[in-house]
Amino acid sequence: MRLNESIVISAPRRLVWDYVTEPSNYLHFMSGITRWEVDGERRTGLGARYRMLIRVGSAEVGGLIEVVEWDPDCDMAWSSVLGVDQRGRWRIRELPDGRARVELRFAYGVAGAGITGWLAELVAAPQLRGHLRRSLRQLKRQVELERMRAEAERRRQPAPA
Amino acid sequence: MADQTTFAGRAKRNGGPDAVSGNGAVHGRLTSLGELARIGGDLARAGGGLARAGQSAAGGLAGRVARRVQRSLTADLDDRDPDYIRENLPLTWLLTTLWFRGEVRNMGNVPEEGAALLVGNHSGGNVPPDTFLFTLAFYTYFGVQRAFYQLAHNLVLAFPVGRILRPYGTVPASPENSERALDSGAAVLVYPGGDWEVHRPTWERHTVDFAGRKGFIRLALKAGVPIVPVVSIGGQETALFLSRGAWLAQALGLDRRFRLKVLPISIAVPWGLNVGDLVGHIPLPSKITIEVLPPIDVAEEFGPDPDLDEVYDHVTTVMQNALDTLAAERRLPLIG
Repeated sequence: MRLNESIVISAPRRLVWDYVTEPSNYLHFMSGITRWEVDGERRTGLGARYRMLIRVGSAEVGGLIEVVEWDPDCDMAWSSVLGVDQRGRWRIRELPDGRARVELRFAYGVAGAGITGWLAELVAAPQLRGHLRRSLRQLKRQVELERMRAEAERRRQPAPA
Repeated sequence: MADQTTFAGRAKRNGGPDAVSGNGAVHGRLTSLGELARIGGDLARAGGGLARAGQSAAGGLAGRVARRVQRSLTADLDDRDPDYIRENLPLTWLLTTLWFRGEVRNMGNVPEEGAALLVGNHSGGNVPPDTFLFTLAFYTYFGVQRAFYQLAHNLVLAFPVGRILRPYGTVPASPENSERALDSGAAVLVYPGGDWEVHRPTWERHTVDFAGRKGFIRLALKAGVPIVPVVSIGGQETALFLSRGAWLAQALGLDRRFRLKVLPISIAVPWGLNVGDLVGHIPLPSKITIEVLPPIDVAEEFGPDPDLDEVYDHVTTVMQNALDTLAAERRLPLIG
């Protein structure tokens, strides 16, 4: 099952990228996420691994994931190493007016589970889609707040002589 | 209408503790079921007479089943099959999500690695939804690669369903199997109350009843592993459990042959009056909630040679308190 949600954020692309690539932010903005911990030495970038769980129905599902694509300011994709099969992608594109269009793609399933796996994917889809939508709305709020803070900080600094 | 005193008396006659000691408001809601309970009890007593008459005829069959049970006692830890579990988790997830609206809290209290003895209260008769839900929660939280075994009554594994359960990590409950599993570094789920607790009458559903069994404490001490209490609620509402039928089990000699102290009597779908629950039943869609409590390091908290009664009281009190809290959250039977 593949889910795809997007949102436009009134902030530069770079700010969005910095926010979604910082692992400590995930518990704050990702809806349903109950765990997002760095596993190993590498904190971000290609090959970084995270232990993640998301509450879906009666269980917290997830596992160990690894960043498999890292195109700074544009794309970050991950794939599961252990646990439920999943692939995810942040796709960030600059709009002409300086805003950013952010797309979150998420594909999941259990290989070999047959018809029950297919049914479980269908049943889980509405809840997961809700999680993705809420996550993007939270992301928009957080990043736009960050942008306003940064602008206020700039305004407070004295003008160069 | 049966009043609460009637319930209490019936529960005591069936070998249970004082039923009114639980949540009075909940017992009040059950009074409409009291008449059913009384009728069921009368029918069961009549059935008991027939059972006694047929005891000798059943003896031969019982002997054959007993031999099969003995054969199934040995556990091969390698029967646990991560791929099988992984491929069957969606079915368990569907059942526990759609039918039982399952919820498991504080899985983070289970130690991240190493052996641990997970001690639960058991509910739901021979179709205990708490076991399925917790097994799902464990494997989705830690991954199917983490070794996890569930101890089950020998009879459960002797039945055809045993073939489905063994790959999940279900092994016959015996001190040897438990020690081997813990020594291998696995997490082990045990229900000390076993058949006694799982078939308790519905009106005792908010009571932790391990029947004074303390083997789990000796096991944790010997293996040097923490006890992690796992408290569940809702399972005893999946049927109307009327009596453990301890007197019937004794009359048929089931205790001697199968370590079965009970022959439960319930009203369950699709059987109506269900004596023995040997082939299970269709559980009612009761909301199941499970809470994992912080681990108890027995040696650290009570010393290397503790008074088992003191530890037992501590563990059951901690679990009873948590169960009372979960019961207070619950507004209606079944609905949750």
